[in-house]
Amino acid sequence: MATPKSAAAENSTFPYLVLLAGWLIPGAGHLLLRKWARAGLLFAAITTMFFVGVALQGKVYTPNTGDLLDILGFIGDLGSGGLYMLAHLAGWGQPSEQIAIADYGTKFIVVGGLLNIVAAVDAHSLAIGRKRA
Amino acid sequence: MTISHFAAAALFSLCISVVFGITQRSEPKMMVRFGAYCFALFLIGTIAASWIMWGIRH
Repeated sequence: MATPKSAAAENSTFPYLVLLAGWLIPGAGHLLLRKWARAGLLFAAITTMFFVGVALQGKVYTPNTGDLLDILGFIGDLGSGGLYMLAHLAGWGQPSEQIAIADYGTKFIVVGGLLNIVAAVDAHSLAIGRKRA
Repeated sequence: MTISHFAAAALFSLCISVVFGITQRSEPKMMVRFGAYCFALFLIGTIAASWIMWGIRH
C-alpha cells in the first residue's frame, strides 16, 4: 500500500538535498525534515563516535589503492562527510605512535562514518515517504 | 585520551544503539525499546565474549 507523500516529497530535489545534508552534517537531514529530537540524537551519537575515535589516536584513512581493508576503511571514513573533511583540514588521524587503544579509535571513526550513511539514508526515506514519519 | 576497554565498548554500543533505534523503527516508543534492546545485546555479547576468551586462556 502506498504511503501518502508530503508536499516536500513532491519536490524532486528535496529528498536528495536531505540525503546530501545528512551526509555532510550528521543529523542535518532529519533537521530539514523538522525531526528535532532525532536530529539532535543522531548528531550527538555520530560526532561523539568520531571525536572519541580521533581522541583515541585512531587513524583517518586517505584515498588509497593498497590493501582491501584500507580501501574499505577509507569508504567507511568518507561516510562521515563534513567531519572527514574537517579531520583532513586539521590534520587529525595521523598517529605518530602505535598504541593498542588507537585501533579502537580507528574503528570508532569508521563505524561513525557508516552510521552517518545509515542516518542520511533514513532521512531520505522519510523525505520520499518510504518510511512512516 | 585514556579509556578502559569496557568503557570503550560501552560507549561504542551506546552510540550505535541510538542510531539503530532511530533508523530502524518508526514510532518513538519502539525506537527507545529497540535502542535499549540493541544496547543490552551489545553489552551482554561483550561480557559473554570476554568470559569465553578467559575460558580459552585458562
